[in-house]
Amino acid sequence: MTAALRFDPIRLPEKCEQLRKEVRAFLAEEIAAGTFDPHKPNREDTDVPEFSRKVGAKGWLGMTWPKKYGGQERSFLERYVVTEEMRVANAPTRRFFVADRQSGPVLLKYAPEHIKMDILPRICRGEICFAIGMSEPNSGSDLFAAKTRATKTDGGYLVNGTKIWTSSAHIADYMIAIFRTSPPTKENRRHGLTQFLVKMKQPGIQVNPIGQITGQYEFNEVVFTDFFVPDDHVLGEVDGAWKQATSELAYERSGPERFLETYYVLTELVRAVGPNPDTRSAEGIGRLVAQLHTMRRMSVSVAGMLQAGKEPVVEASIVKDIGTVWEQQLPHRVRDLAAFVEETATNRETLERQLDFAIKTAPKLTIQGGTTEVLRGIIARGLGLR
Amino acid sequence: MPPPQMGLRTALVRTMAFSDHRAQEDLLKKTWHARPSAGRVLPKQNTGNAVAESDNIIVETAEKIFADLADPQTINHDKKDAWKAPLWQALSDAGLPLSWVPEDCGGSGADLADGFALLNAAGRFAVAVPLAETMLAGWLLAQVKIASPGGEMTVLPASPKDKITLNADGSLSGRARGVPFAKVAKHFAVLAHGNGGVSIVLVDAGQARIEAGLNVGYDHSDTVTLDKAHAITIKPAPRGFDQTRLMLMGGVARSLQIAGALESMLDISVRYSNERVAFEKKISKFQAVQHNLARLAGESAAALAAATSAADAIANAPSFNDEVFLEAAAAKIRCAEAAEKGGGIAHQVHGAIGFTSEHILHRYSLRALAWRDDFGSESHWAVELGKLVANRGADELWPLVASR
Repeated sequence: MTAALRFDPIRLPEKCEQLRKEVRAFLAEEIAAGTFDPHKPNREDTDVPEFSRKVGAKGWLGMTWPKKYGGQERSFLERYVVTEEMRVANAPTRRFFVADRQSGPVLLKYAPEHIKMDILPRICRGEICFAIGMSEPNSGSDLFAAKTRATKTDGGYLVNGTKIWTSSAHIADYMIAIFRTSPPTKENRRHGLTQFLVKMKQPGIQVNPIGQITGQYEFNEVVFTDFFVPDDHVLGEVDGAWKQATSELAYERSGPERFLETYYVLTELVRAVGPNPDTRSAEGIGRLVAQLHTMRRMSVSVAGMLQAGKEPVVEASIVKDIGTVWEQQLPHRVRDLAAFVEETATNRETLERQLDFAIKTAPKLTIQGGTTEVLRGIIARGLGLR
Repeated sequence: MPPPQMGLRTALVRTMAFSDHRAQEDLLKKTWHARPSAGRVLPKQNTGNAVAESDNIIVETAEKIFADLADPQTINHDKKDAWKAPLWQALSDAGLPLSWVPEDCGGSGADLADGFALLNAAGRFAVAVPLAETMLAGWLLAQVKIASPGGEMTVLPASPKDKITLNADGSLSGRARGVPFAKVAKHFAVLAHGNGGVSIVLVDAGQARIEAGLNVGYDHSDTVTLDKAHAITIKPAPRGFDQTRLMLMGGVARSLQIAGALESMLDISVRYSNERVAFEKKISKFQAVQHNLARLAGESAAALAAATSAADAIANAPSFNDEVFLEAAAAKIRCAEAAEKGGGIAHQVHGAIGFTSEHILHRYSLRALAWRDDFGSESHWAVELGKLVANRGADELWPLVASR
């Protein structure tokens, strides 16, 4: 058998449903209190520190981590429920999302104990924000072309170079970055990169915001000039970052955020269409819901694989490929159907405003976190083609 | 045929025990039968998994019979369809067509989950005998404890658009189009509407006028006309049982078959791409081909995920609620889309050879397309699902999607 990619139809256990109720109640309270507006995905203040701390206080950050680091030792399926409810509500998760999803797990695996004890509890409390330093001006999808150098010096490394497209770098307290510590070898061009924990907001780091086509400033250029990183901030094997990158990907690529980023336009379309849709609207909505349901079932299934201790890299790549293509097309399909919505629909303006933003957001969805082309390469390798 | 009281498992063990040892070895060599555990997740009691846990004796037996008697290369060259009778006989001897019929109704008494897994396996072989249809007919009759007769059966109607009427004198009237394998069925299991509500009826096929037709996969898809047809047995349907439920059950069966066919299409396409040389290298080494096959893998995985999730929902549902409706309708919609997209890629990878009748690809690709039409097309279910979603209202969409 070449492939047989199975996505077993796991069901969320009862405790997940109880948790879901708690998350919904919390979000409803925050919405009522004016912390955020679920109908405004295009707000400018995506960073809301007090919301982050409240989520931390609920015990919903670092949920799966050991208690001694501030975690709850809960399951990936429970974390899944929190993530999807936050995403669907358009909650302002920017400050904590990256730390909770992938930076924390990397530190858990590779950081020395005193750093874990220092940083992980602060992530769990929602106090600190992480960025990911992967891309460079001439190294995007081709991660191993990274040139930013970390040169050995007394007690640590001196970093020189530039990271780019770094989301949240302007608010981040830390970055997990890869820097070149040795040249690649003839046998292995992936050799020579090392993963580091970088403390931001220090001399030697300059963060320059970059405007995006949505009108937001989420990503940045980060310039390092003789920036010092101490030895104990090396994460994992020196020159061996390439061995560490893959397990991160399954976390990064299979979550509900990989198909729900523009979901709000579908909800708003259903509202605009009303309880008695014409045939075209009904058919269009039905198809979109069927596609959404299928992806969610696949994504939940991957969460189950993670819970079982597997590294479902190919399955996660499939979820992200199908999911991001879908969420990218969604605003356009909704626009097709919205053309027939009655002028009198009370939420018409909201829908149009949301579509405007979602259509501008759409192009990035199949680029961030691994392009469609990279994902299909990974799937092809899983099929035995490469 | 084993005596009914023997039970399915006993019958299957017997079938396995008498089977040819060499054929079993061949079976193991056939790559598309291997069920790797790569994606297997949690123990059965945690997953409630209805289909993916297919390491059961029913699927093993069925796959062995298919491999022995319905090898795609062999049957594709059999212009006289001489393979069909022995295959049906073997399936019947193993009690498989009546999997969903309790032992006291003449069947094998397998649970729903095992039957769904069997249908998925049947899809992987794209078998052109009325296995799914007889299973569905037996299941329908068993709802009201009508014993299943032996031999091929099918269900009427097979489309949500058609209605069969139960007349006041107990006869049946109406026309059902696109009925799979009506031409070869000995009996029909009919869902009929009368003054007293919905009834389930067993009818001898000789009572019907049948206009034979073929679907796009070259299988029987016939128009059945009942004109005051005499019924063998009539029983009122259980409360809440209606045509929608029959259509959704049939739709999930077809979804599992489509998913199975896509698994095989992926398998033979990957294999072909690793053999075929063009421009002095295997075509599997071209990135464009790799990315097409990656998309086919995605469509295959999506179809299997949607179909197995729906089967699991039905097998474990305490009642037939909106969540089960979503699962079943979504499966038919998504699998039908995958049949189009995935099948298209499989053909593209194969080039001209896949377009020939000598090549086996069309056995899977055309059947997967044909199965879209049975028990309500994806367009039909999309409209119904869209209406349900609109009727529940915008703020109830996410709770519906996130219900499992």
